Amino acid sequence: MPEQPRIERPHADRIQSERPMIEIRNVTRSYGAFKALDDASLTIREGEFFSLLGPSGCGKTTLLRMIAGFDNPTSGSIAVGGQSMEGIPANRRPTNMVFQSYAIFPHLNVEQNVAYGLKRLKLQGGEEKRRVEEALGQVSLTGLGKRLATELSGGQRQRVALGRALVMRPKVLLLDEPLSALDKKLREQMQVELRRLQQAVGITFVLVTHDQYEALAMSDRIAVMFGGKIAQVASPKEIYQRPVNRQVADFLGGMNFVKAEIVEENGASLIVDTLGFGRIKTDKPKAFVRNGGAATLGIRPERLRVLWDNATAKFEVAGKVVERHYFGEITHLIVEIPGLEKPLSVTETNDFGADDIPVGTPIRLAYDPEALVAMAD
Amino acid sequence: MTVAAEGSPPLRMTRARRNALLRSEPVQGFALISPTFLYALILLVLPIMVVIAHSFWTQHYLTIDRTFTLENYRVALTEPIYRDLLWRSLYISLTVSLFTVVLAYPIAYFISFHGGRHKSLWLFLITIPFWTSYLLRVMSWKVILGYNGVLNSGLMGLGIIDEPSTALLYNSSAVIITLTHAWAAFAILPIFVSLEKVDRTLVEAATDLGDGPLRSFLRVTLPLSAPGIISAALIVMIPTVGDYVTPKLVGGKDGVMIANAIQAQFGKAANWPLGAALSVTTMLIVSLMAGATVLIIRTLQRMAR
Repeated sequence: MPEQPRIERPHADRIQSERPMIEIRNVTRSYGAFKALDDASLTIREGEFFSLLGPSGCGKTTLLRMIAGFDNPTSGSIAVGGQSMEGIPANRRPTNMVFQSYAIFPHLNVEQNVAYGLKRLKLQGGEEKRRVEEALGQVSLTGLGKRLATELSGGQRQRVALGRALVMRPKVLLLDEPLSALDKKLREQMQVELRRLQQAVGITFVLVTHDQYEALAMSDRIAVMFGGKIAQVASPKEIYQRPVNRQVADFLGGMNFVKAEIVEENGASLIVDTLGFGRIKTDKPKAFVRNGGAATLGIRPERLRVLWDNATAKFEVAGKVVERHYFGEITHLIVEIPGLEKPLSVTETNDFGADDIPVGTPIRLAYDPEALVAMAD
Repeated sequence: MTVAAEGSPPLRMTRARRNALLRSEPVQGFALISPTFLYALILLVLPIMVVIAHSFWTQHYLTIDRTFTLENYRVALTEPIYRDLLWRSLYISLTVSLFTVVLAYPIAYFISFHGGRHKSLWLFLITIPFWTSYLLRVMSWKVILGYNGVLNSGLMGLGIIDEPSTALLYNSSAVIITLTHAWAAFAILPIFVSLEKVDRTLVEAATDLGDGPLRSFLRVTLPLSAPGIISAALIVMIPTVGDYVTPKLVGGKDGVMIANAIQAQFGKAANWPLGAALSVTTMLIVSLMAGATVLIIRTLQRMAR
């Protein structure tokens, strides 16, 4: 993408091990005829922040609970740190979990909650106290050790749950929608903190979430799941920009779909004809299966830019604004393009006055053909 | 209130104020509890006041001498017979509550944790013995424990004993066995309710942090169900001390409890003041014992951490 500056995300250059930490092989979990998880295979690397993303009922929590040992695969195998987890109960697995409801012990104070798992280890010479203090520091709860669980705010409870798991120094930390109960502002703050914490401790984090922004913001890699199957495993950028199918594309945010006819298919690229965008050359998706002569292209609303006054672009389409929705820093424009069966959704920042474009105005949109990606239906 | 007066400004104001008063939450609350409150006041508080008053008086045949005296309390606390009866009552009630709670807990735990969809059915089954009268249930224990009873014939039939044992009925053990059974449902229900309130995720969290089933039960489930254990223990303990039907029916000479003595003072012995003093003493001691039980369970709960 030539117009995009090459600024890497700060954690992208972190040396990440390629060694597998969790290996999930052909795991199926059936409840009678219903398959909560259907032949899922996945490798999560050591030290990685990995997210399982999908709508409710897609099997992501089932998979997480099977890694933790609260549920067992009907068939298939799960290994953590090279060791098969078959027959190993949850209390002897090298994983710890942050529960969605936090599951803070209500009869214990913060310190006792954090020390809960250590008590059994009978650590010598103040080691337990030292580790509890360290964990409380990691989750910014220093000084709140004597508070009762009932006296904590939602965010603080979340930190206790996190500290309680981290103090065990697990190989893998499992997080089951840990931020879903927090309000928007706190959630965004915790996303940043969780990410920082993960880099500081270097433990493999596996996060379950239905919030695509959360997954995009925090993860090294994401697995998108639908109906018990893993649809795509890739980096956030790859998943967002090159979704393998319409379902993934839709789930990750707005996407304009354009029907196309395949003119030529060769090696790594496709040449297609579209009604609104004309002839386009695009990268062929990795697992592209040709389904007759038809194909679907997708372009994200923010990859379409409004051309003001007499500005021109190498690639542009012309249409008419039919709806306008104001969202503060951005405006959504719905633009009808002659020849396209569905109007295009365009997201434009409000710096240049997109929020003032009257409905009915003829408009021209610039796009980068590379932003039009081919995908399975 | 006359028709003419209606609509005059001052009246409208008082009516508005009255409506506001009727709508205020504390007033509504008091209104709701007042029937029960009056009932309790007349039938519970007043009789207790009368009993307390009598305990400081003296009876001469049919007349009551209303001079203040502590003589009744001296007798109640120092006469060996009353002291023994009181101790026995406390011992029986403590033992019964301990047994009942210990036996009820696993049942409540089973229903709550493994009852699945049939929880209501299980609870319903537990209440079945209560469809018959309390007296019948006590009497049926007589049939089981008696000289020619079910237990004796069974043991003899198996050749374990040669002649019927007389040690089963008419002693304090018989009272303990009968009451433990009689109170079972009253202990199961509060324990069940408190177990239902234990968030199952907490047990999972304990497991996740390395606890096996027994350890997570002792560190999480048991302490969190302590309120149920406390109420079960109190529900059983307090009425047991004052029970006089069961000892009368299955207790025999060795199973007599303080309530039988109190009944005798108010009845045949016709010494109301002494009966009253015994009642008040028992009430105070039961309150102390109940308080001590709560404290002990709370301490155990804290130690489980």
